[in-house]
Amino acid sequence: MNEKTEIPNVRTGMHYTTGNHAAAEGALAAGCIFFGGYPITPSSEIAEHMSIRLPQIDGHFVQFEDEIASIAGLLGASWGGSKSMTATSGPGYSLMVENIGLGMMTETPCVIVNVQRGGPSTGLPTLVGQQDIMQTKWGSHGDYEPIALCPSSVQECFDLIITAFNFSEQYRLPVTFLMDETLGHMSERLIIPAKEKIKIVNRKKPTVPPEEYLPYKPDKDLVPPMATAGEGYNVMMTGLTHDERGYPVITAEAQELNVKRINDKIRLNKNKIIKLEEYMLEDAEIALISFGSTARATKGAVSRAREKGIKAGLLRLITIWPFPDERIETLADQVKVIMVPEINYGQITREVDRAVHGKTEVKGIFKLGGALHTPEEILNEIERRVK
Amino acid sequence: MSRIEVRFAGFGGQGIGLMGRLVGEAVALHEKNKNSVMTQSYGPESRGGASSSDVVISEGEIDYPKATELDYFVVLSEEAYQKYIPKLKKGGILFVEEDLVRLDDQSKKAKEIYKIPATKIAESLGSKIFSNIAMLGFVCANSKDIVSEEALVKVMKKKIKARYVEKNLIAFQMGKEYKHEG
Amino acid sequence: MNKDETELIEAHEHPLDVYLRDGRIPHIFCPGCSLGSIATIIVDAILEANLDPKNVSVVSGIGCTGRIAGYLNFDSFHTTHGRAIPFAIGLSVTDPERKVIVVSGDGDLFAIGGNHFIHAARRNADITVICVNNFNYGMTGGQVGPTSYIGQFQSTAPYGSLEEPFSLPYLAASCGAVYVARWTALDVRRTKESLVEALQKKGFSFVEILGSCPTTFGRRNQLAEGKKILEYFKEKAILKHGADTREVDISKDSEFAVGKFVDIEDKDTLTDHLLQLQKIAKASARKGGKI
Repeated sequence: MNEKTEIPNVRTGMHYTTGNHAAAEGALAAGCIFFGGYPITPSSEIAEHMSIRLPQIDGHFVQFEDEIASIAGLLGASWGGSKSMTATSGPGYSLMVENIGLGMMTETPCVIVNVQRGGPSTGLPTLVGQQDIMQTKWGSHGDYEPIALCPSSVQECFDLIITAFNFSEQYRLPVTFLMDETLGHMSERLIIPAKEKIKIVNRKKPTVPPEEYLPYKPDKDLVPPMATAGEGYNVMMTGLTHDERGYPVITAEAQELNVKRINDKIRLNKNKIIKLEEYMLEDAEIALISFGSTARATKGAVSRAREKGIKAGLLRLITIWPFPDERIETLADQVKVIMVPEINYGQITREVDRAVHGKTEVKGIFKLGGALHTPEEILNEIERRVK
Repeated sequence: MSRIEVRFAGFGGQGIGLMGRLVGEAVALHEKNKNSVMTQSYGPESRGGASSSDVVISEGEIDYPKATELDYFVVLSEEAYQKYIPKLKKGGILFVEEDLVRLDDQSKKAKEIYKIPATKIAESLGSKIFSNIAMLGFVCANSKDIVSEEALVKVMKKKIKARYVEKNLIAFQMGKEYKHEG
Repeated sequence: MNKDETELIEAHEHPLDVYLRDGRIPHIFCPGCSLGSIATIIVDAILEANLDPKNVSVVSGIGCTGRIAGYLNFDSFHTTHGRAIPFAIGLSVTDPERKVIVVSGDGDLFAIGGNHFIHAARRNADITVICVNNFNYGMTGGQVGPTSYIGQFQSTAPYGSLEEPFSLPYLAASCGAVYVARWTALDVRRTKESLVEALQKKGFSFVEILGSCPTTFGRRNQLAEGKKILEYFKEKAILKHGADTREVDISKDSEFAVGKFVDIEDKDTLTDHLLQLQKIAKASARKGGKI
């Protein structure tokens, strides 16, 4: 390579790598040029990889003093016009929720990777968990509709984090990428496509001159075009309830407009955001709903159940938030029971139970962190239910 | 081909993780129509203690990524042997570093046992750091469904630091050609 | 605003009006508070420093001072409590041409945001931090804060504060700030001149401005009018350029130093380091290093 050769942000080709590295490469392919973070197991390999790669492509890696600063730095970088990301695990995410709220209120695109481990508190730093589902939904105070995506393979760590960036840019919000320790550390084949094959979405820019620009006046999709610092628009941003000019207005009426819209922009576009994988569901009498690493074992259990003549099927949640209430309700009309294997004490089970409106039985299969379900364990639960 | 599970185990510093990575990558990138998932033991200790890496190989999609019942157990330390031998499937295949592992009754469930002084072989090349690759050569020669020599050599040339490649390839050959008393 | 007031304002249009956001005045500051005047000083300094207004970003945290960003007609960011500095770092490093100014209060920057301040100074982040120190938490009703002096009465120090306060210039200097100064809100001219220097400085510059808070500080400490506080400043402030920052602490009824205490040239900034890293990383990749 000579001095002029540009080092690519998209490393097209076939690789054998971990979920953490795949997520980092996916972020770079999505156009991420700023990473702010703080070391935490089991996500640190993402930061380490970004510290190697970002400076090669004229990006910046900053290791901040804590997770609070990291997410603040992300928001600043995003308003500076750079696609930005951080990676953490449960305890770090807990520290970030304050400024995730600021990101929601000020409609700031960025991506937060959470490589989940067992909690609460320091819990199981080196072992798998899926216990941050509700923290992602409700972590910050106030009402907001988050987007959270959940990969199940190394390839999907790459592909789906690009979607996470695209959603964050398109709908203007911090998007959470919910990985887990198993996925973060396991190696699989990763195929990175040619750069021109990767679909990239960038935030809408204002189409009017600065004097006519209202920073929080939405288009029909309820998302306002975003001017960033240095473009001459005198951007105005506040975490206070604000009007279309971005000015603080501390009234119930302004709150109604402002908060309703940041929720409705996700609700309105829900069908474009919700991604599901359906496996053997057509004639299923028993449905399993699963996500992340757990979905792999669940799929194995479904296949084995079918071999035994049990009509089982899998609905894999690729999008965790917004929650696919409608699909789950139609599934409830079809099946006798919905079983939910998850590495927590019933966070998705509770949502499924809410979505079925009593139309079918919902049964969680829980592990509290530290190990994946094996296909046999799930199969046993299915068989027990059949008897 | 159905699912095959291989575990490499030893103590920290023996390059156990590298064994898994090399085999995993060789299978997934250089064998036709095969998938692999590699996972490693992961804890706060970086040095010493039992270390392991697992490779799950299949022609189909690999659902569960971790090893549950080992078809192959490749072990380079006594501690790792004691810790993981219960995971070996009845009728599975055992590879041992014969100077570092004392076999006991638990090994009887193995269908075949292959023994090699991998560390001594490595030391004959100047350093025990080559023992993992000597062992890989031995495994490669005495198993049919893990990985081909061709695929493995390709990956070694790519993944191992340039200045160590040559000696590692020799270690690999020596392991491959080693005749065990079985 | 009624009609007469509108006419009054139009009749006396001020040259700085263009730097205030349309429709945001009157501000929320109390009578006798120095924040209005400090906002003027900051705008004057930005203009005098010959900064391109388009490349100026003002970032603040939460509190009375934190509201200043929202009145100024630059790119302005009103963030969360204590987090203005890391937000500013994100803004600053993503465009080396951008001048990022943090304006916030003593509680925001040195209690909840203290960790960010010391690390930003250590890294020599290329930002200017202006702290208006009014010795208490004004917006929340006058609680004791990290700069409250021993013997100061506040709503949560009803028997007088017993804790040692931070001496802000000492803290900033010991963490590596390249420019450290302290002024009082009374000293408009020197404050402005110092801010111009701070804004033109490459690296982490810090200016403390002692401000008047008659409502929640003054009332409890026999200084119930803004004027009285400024008179107190006038009486006690001693100009000591280059003073040893170990000796510039503020205590009850004692004289204290104002002036420029630290002014270091040519120290590499966080941005410099990040740009250096880009060169190193590219060279390493071209030599076959990790990518």
